Amino acid sequence: MRWVDYESPSTVQEAISLLGGDRKAKMLAGGTDVLVQLRAGRGDTNLIVDVKGIPELNEMRLDPQQGLTLGAAVPCYKIYGDAEIQKAYPGLIDCASLIGGIQIQGRASIGGNLCNSAPSADAIPMLIACGVTCKIASADGTREVAAEDICTGPGQNVLRAGELLVSMHFSLPKANSGARYIRFIPRNEMDIAVAGSGVNVTLENGTFKTARIALASVAPTPLFVREAGEALTGQPVNDESIAKAAALAKAAASPITDMRGTIEYRKHLCEVLTRRALNDAVKRARGEQV
Amino acid sequence: MQVKTRVETTINGEQVEFLCEPRQSLLECLRDIVGLTGTKEGCNDGNCGACTVMFDGRIVTSCLVLSVEADGREITTIEGVAEGSALHEIQKTFLEGAALQCGVCTPGFIVAAKALLDQELNPSEERIRLWLANNLCRCTGYDKIIRSVQDAAAKMQETNA
Repeated sequence: MRWVDYESPSTVQEAISLLGGDRKAKMLAGGTDVLVQLRAGRGDTNLIVDVKGIPELNEMRLDPQQGLTLGAAVPCYKIYGDAEIQKAYPGLIDCASLIGGIQIQGRASIGGNLCNSAPSADAIPMLIACGVTCKIASADGTREVAAEDICTGPGQNVLRAGELLVSMHFSLPKANSGARYIRFIPRNEMDIAVAGSGVNVTLENGTFKTARIALASVAPTPLFVREAGEALTGQPVNDESIAKAAALAKAAASPITDMRGTIEYRKHLCEVLTRRALNDAVKRARGEQV
Repeated sequence: MQVKTRVETTINGEQVEFLCEPRQSLLECLRDIVGLTGTKEGCNDGNCGACTVMFDGRIVTSCLVLSVEADGREITTIEGVAEGSALHEIQKTFLEGAALQCGVCTPGFIVAAKALLDQELNPSEERIRLWLANNLCRCTGYDKIIRSVQDAAAKMQETNA
């Protein structure tokens, strides 16, 4: 491996100027993707910008009015170790506790999962289902981008040179709402999703008030299936309405065949996983344990 | 200009200083510069857990940590698990239970298992298996490892009782 410089800025401004400078810079948070890629010779990085020393990227604040601000570099273990977040955002806990094993969770961040922009990213469907907005800083100021608009292709996203993902914002969970992410892998842990489904529902008088559904590993990017969620709006909470939404998720999936699964198998999984995730999310919305 | 970085860190309770390239992993520096070769390189991409060390009180795969990140941090490697010549309970039960064959995965398993037993006195078998999911062993089939961790947990509880 050729020479790579390392900088550890302590402010957002400093990081932005390093990321937007002449050198081919790469952000480092937990490093569980970036260091593997660097070692494999992917990209032509010659500067690593370690963003873990920046306070805004380590912020994890649950405001009773505003919701959760999650700094881009907060590692998974801090998220699932927080009792308040466990209670308010169990769907986020689903993701944080199944990315990698304990060693990986000690370093890997949800922001890193988003910036790595893998189609199979376990956290991104949940960020989309929760309607998360992402705060991106650059020399021109900050902009906010919806989670579903971040990824543009496998490993590609809307972040430009000199832009830094600072934090993700989750609005406060609505009354009678529940979220759930599940994935299918051939073993119990430590694997890449063959397919995954993240859902977030709000119930009202026995009907779905709102629902958002997003899928992993079945398209070039994590896939927001808006129509599947909208099909549930105003519908009674029952097997029939859930089956319809699951069928729409299956129809929207456009997976490839690879070593992890075939097109047919992955599409089938989208239906099954979405149905199960919706049933679990409904349980959570009703205050039941999943 | 390509200048090596000076890293000052605490390894197994001792202050250590070394020079490294920024690209070098903690694993590489522990083994090749500091001379602590107990930590093993398996996959070098975070999957196998052979290089597991404690980093500021949490287990990490040291192949996925840059050495420069270790500046000012506290690291415990397999060399820091025994107290002098007195083996840790987990090391004893691994030997008694024949929880190793080739031994490459063993330092990682012991460091990871110790981290679990330091925080949970009586983890279930499922909890142990999940906790150790980031550690791969191609010899034992895991059962002997899991039983040795359970035995160590039981002995550590007796000692504490």
